[in-house]
Amino acid sequence: MMEEYPIELTINGEKIVSTAKAEESLLRFLRRHGFYEVKGGCEKGDCGTCTVIMNGKAIKSCITLAGQANGKEILTVRGLEKEESGRKLQESFVQHGAIQCGFCTAGMLMTAKAYLDENHQPNKVEIRKAISGNLCRCTGYKKIVEAIYAVAEENQKSK
Amino acid sequence: MSTSRLLTQEFEYFAPHTLKEALDLLYKYKDEEVKILAGGTDLLVKMKTLDMKIDYLINLKEIPELKAVETNNQGLKIGATVPLSQLERREIIKEKYPALYEGIKSMAAIAIRNMATLPGNICNASPAGDTIPPLMVYEAQLRIVSKEGERLVPVEDFLRGVGETIIRKEELVSQVIIPAPPSNSGSAFSKKSRVKADIAKINLAIWLEREGKTCKDARIVLGSVFIKALRAKRAEGLLKGEMVSKELLTQVARQAAEEIKPIDDVRSTAEYRTTLARVMVEDTLKLAWERAGGELEG
Repeated sequence: MMEEYPIELTINGEKIVSTAKAEESLLRFLRRHGFYEVKGGCEKGDCGTCTVIMNGKAIKSCITLAGQANGKEILTVRGLEKEESGRKLQESFVQHGAIQCGFCTAGMLMTAKAYLDENHQPNKVEIRKAISGNLCRCTGYKKIVEAIYAVAEENQKSK
Repeated sequence: MSTSRLLTQEFEYFAPHTLKEALDLLYKYKDEEVKILAGGTDLLVKMKTLDMKIDYLINLKEIPELKAVETNNQGLKIGATVPLSQLERREIIKEKYPALYEGIKSMAAIAIRNMATLPGNICNASPAGDTIPPLMVYEAQLRIVSKEGERLVPVEDFLRGVGETIIRKEELVSQVIIPAPPSNSGSAFSKKSRVKADIAKINLAIWLEREGKTCKDARIVLGSVFIKALRAKRAEGLLKGEMVSKELLTQVARQAAEEIKPIDDVRSTAEYRTTLARVMVEDTLKLAWERAGGELEG
C-alpha cells in the first residue's frame, strides 16, 4: 500500500514515463504533469469537461484510473492542432462563437473530434446526441452544434 | 464530507494479463475487500461518492481473452470487457437483438459507452440498469468463473436485489452468452428518463414469438419498478397461446402495470410510474409484435 506504480504512456505524441498511486485518476495525473488544459468539473463522470481521447476513443478521465492509461495513447485538446481534423474543429469553434466562458470547450472539442472521426455525415440532431455527455453551463449549445456541423459539412464536400 | 476530486481509499492495484492471473488474485484475496474493474463508470463514481472500503482493485481490461465477441448460429458470446459502444456498432446486434441495441443506445453519453461493459452493468445490479431487461428477455446467461471451475447462470437468477447478486467473492463474470432468437420473433426496448443520458424512471424490454396470428411465447421485463428487474409473468400468461389483437395488448399492458411494485423516489412517484408503465408496455408490445411480422386488427 501507498506504493507508487510505474506508468508509461504517450500524451499528444510525447512519451511520459512516471509513477502514480493506485488511487490517482487519469485527470489528476494529467494535471500533475502539466496538462492543465484537461479540466476537472464534477469529477464523477457527468459533466464531460475532462474528456480526453484514449487510443482513439473519447473517455472521461475523472473516472479513469491513471493505471488504466498505462501503455495507452492519450490525446488532449493541446494535441488537436497537430491533426487536420482537430485544427478544423478548433477554427470552426472560433468562427461560430461556440465558446463563451470556455470551461466546457476542451471536453466539447475532444468529444466532437472522436465523434467526427467515426461518423462522417451526422445531422444536427445526431450531433446533439453525441455531445449529450458534455455540459455547457453558459448553455451555448446552439453555436457548438453549428460549429461541429460546419466541419462535418465541409468534410462531406471535400470528398 | 466527501469530495469527488480525490479517491480517498488507499488500495493495491492489479492489471493482470491473463484470466488465470485474475482468478488466482481473487482466490488469494477472497477474505478481503476486492473490487473488479471492467469499465469503471459505476465503480469509480461509487468509490468517489460513497464511503466504500476497498483493499484491492483488479482491472480486467488488459486480459485479451475477455475482449472477444464470438458469433455463430447458436448466438452471441460477449467478453467481459467489450465496451458497449463496440456492441452498438455491430450489425448483428442491431438486427437480431434490437432490444439490446436500443437499451445500449439509450444509455449515457458516448464517452461512458466507450468505457462501460455488459457485466459491469449487470454486476452493479442497479434496478435501473438499461441492459438488464433486454438480456433477460433474450434469456442471456452469464459465464461465471473462479479458480475452481465455472458455472452458467441466467441473468434473471443472477440478480437478487439493489446492488446484490449471487456472485461469490472468488468469482467473476467472464462472458455474457445470448442465444439466437427464432426468426419469427420480435423484440423492443423502451425507456423514459428526464433527459437522454439520464438514469431511467422506467425501462422495459419485450420479446414475442409469433405463430401466424397467435403469440406463441412472450417475455416482458421492466426495470426501475422493483428492487431488481421484474418479469411480468401474469401479463405474459395473458398473451401466450392467444390471438393477438389491439384489445388484448391493452389488457396485457394493464396487467403488467398491476404487477410492478414501484416506489416514490427522486426520479418519479410510484403513481406516475404505474401509469407510465401501462402506456409504455402497450406501445412496446405493438412494436415487438410488428417486428415479429405480426399484424394488428381490431
